[in-house]
Amino acid sequence: MNNKPHLDEEALAELRDVMEDEFGILIQTYISDSRERIQALHQALSDNDQDAFAKTAHSFKGSSINIGAARLGDLCLEAEKAGREGRLDDVRKLLPELESEFATVRHLMEDSLLA
Amino acid sequence: MSNVGHARALRLLIADDSRTDRLILQAMLRRQGHEVRATSNGQEAVELFASWRPDMVLLDVMMPRMDGMEAARRIKAMAGEILVPVIFLTSLSDAGALAQCLESGGDDFLPKPYNSVIIEAKLGAFDRMRRMHETLTGQRDHIRERNQQLVREQETARRVFDNIAHTGCLDAPNIRFHASPMSVFNGDILFACPRPAGGMHLLVGDFTGHGLPAAIGALPVAEIFYGMTSKGFSGGDVLRELNQKLVRILPTGMFCCAFFVEVDFRRGMLRVWNGGLPDGFLVRSDGEKEALASRHLPLGVLKPERFAAPMVEYGARPGDQLLLVTDGVLEATNSEGCPYGEERLAAILAQETGNRSLSDVVLEEVGAFIGDAKGTDDLTILSLCMTEQDPVVGRAVVVSQSALTGPGHWACSYEVENGTLGTFNPLPLLLHVCMAVSGLRQHSGEIYTILSELYTNALEHGILGLPSAWKISPEGFSRYYAEREKRLAAVEGHAIRFELSHRLGSTGGRLIIRCIDTGPGFDTGKILKQADDTGTVRYAGRGIELIRELSSALSYSKQGNQAEVVYDWQLADSGSGTAPV
Repeated sequence: MNNKPHLDEEALAELRDVMEDEFGILIQTYISDSRERIQALHQALSDNDQDAFAKTAHSFKGSSINIGAARLGDLCLEAEKAGREGRLDDVRKLLPELESEFATVRHLMEDSLLA
Repeated sequence: MSNVGHARALRLLIADDSRTDRLILQAMLRRQGHEVRATSNGQEAVELFASWRPDMVLLDVMMPRMDGMEAARRIKAMAGEILVPVIFLTSLSDAGALAQCLESGGDDFLPKPYNSVIIEAKLGAFDRMRRMHETLTGQRDHIRERNQQLVREQETARRVFDNIAHTGCLDAPNIRFHASPMSVFNGDILFACPRPAGGMHLLVGDFTGHGLPAAIGALPVAEIFYGMTSKGFSGGDVLRELNQKLVRILPTGMFCCAFFVEVDFRRGMLRVWNGGLPDGFLVRSDGEKEALASRHLPLGVLKPERFAAPMVEYGARPGDQLLLVTDGVLEATNSEGCPYGEERLAAILAQETGNRSLSDVVLEEVGAFIGDAKGTDDLTILSLCMTEQDPVVGRAVVVSQSALTGPGHWACSYEVENGTLGTFNPLPLLLHVCMAVSGLRQHSGEIYTILSELYTNALEHGILGLPSAWKISPEGFSRYYAEREKRLAAVEGHAIRFELSHRLGSTGGRLIIRCIDTGPGFDTGKILKQADDTGTVRYAGRGIELIRELSSALSYSKQGNQAEVVYDWQLADSGSGTAPV
């Protein structure tokens, strides 16, 4: 369903250049923020708070796109839309996909940090 | 505006609740050389804006504690006239939501993922816009300030101008006029001054150009016009002096179109001189009208030796009206850009206007034609109605010093000979000698009248031998003046001598004026007897009558070529000037 890369290497290289010494901090910040966001998505789902769900998915989308996690960004967009439109079945189906995509991205990032 | 490709250091404020996005944007902007501060919510962004005053603001749309749109509204309100570009950071894709961002005061969007090149270009463009706005508002403020200064200066200048020109008699009951309060800065002038011998001088003028240069030219004109007229100089003398002064002070290409009128209510006469103004009109009470066209170059054009000021004389009866206008009236345009023009003015004057003043009629018509009352600001219109009685007679100069100061006992003799008789008017000089006596100053009008009647009789009847009977009919009138010019040019071996003497008493004084001419004299008995018979003798008779009325005694020598007038004056608070000293 999505041919976009897990992690845009070119974008990441540019970020490394821009951030210089802070590149590591940026990646760490992204990873820890994303974990919190996934937690918040679960919470919103169990509270049945679709507005909170859509907002969190929106922010998650923005930072994922910015950091080069294009496929994750798309999944966030799907989740944001489904949340806003109250399609809870879709939301339940998307959340695990999103989690597994994040796990992939995180691994790639950690590899990249070690490189 | 140069240095387009290279970013200048700006103060930038970022508000975004996503830490990673904030980190990335901050790093990009700092690398481009800007000073950056970042916050995670709208409320803090507004506070930071107030305390730090950044040049531009970059706002995320969705934030906790006040969203981006509300923050943008508040920041724009605080910025006031200063242009602070607000750029929304967004991954919004919905067109409606994007439009809402702009409505709240945002100027542009920056899409995610952030791209350094696009960011640099956008900030550069907004910085140029910001600076241009700053330049424009600065220039606007500067212009506004300069304009206010100019208006203040003009108001001050007008007060100075009014002080010089205020002694006029434009408020006389038979004069109606319209002029903008600031008309002097349109180059228009409008003066009226009573003459010491009765009657008045009118001057309507239009300087080329506008603003201060035109107003400055008006100052010496007012000074000369009022000064010379109240000293008794004739219209021709005043015009020559005005022309000479303007030629000297005005730059080439600048001059003053003028209409000068000498009004003599007693004789029922108007003497006019038009140099470059539109036709004036003399509208008789029976509706007949005469155009008073320009026959001369404006004042300030011809060198003094080439300037001539012959005035054209018109008889005018009570109820006849004189109308003078400047170019502004003929050039007043309506909404279709069509000028009012001479034909329309002539058509108005052909209508029955009853007893209304022509100034009011024309102003109303032109106002209706241009259809905008504000446009009448540029119009200068004057109308004068001839009256039986002199409306400004007895407007005496206020004497502030003690009336008994100045020379008390003196005598002098002054003789004008041959060719000088035709070219020089000795009356202002003689009046000046008399005015050295403070107590005589408030009687300057009467003294001037006496001097003038004596001089006219001595010259026109005594030496030139002109019969006053000619002046009764209009044809004779012009014949009289034509003959006067002719005989004056040929005068040889003649002179008129004035002998003045004055004695001061405790409550007033006595001035004796003797006027001696070298003419053959006349049958004094006959003339003086005729003068008593008011029904038959007009001009010459009235002159003698008038002197009698004004003085304590009038007598003629046996041959009739020497007249003596005794003029007694009293201090103002001890009664009028009839009691002997």
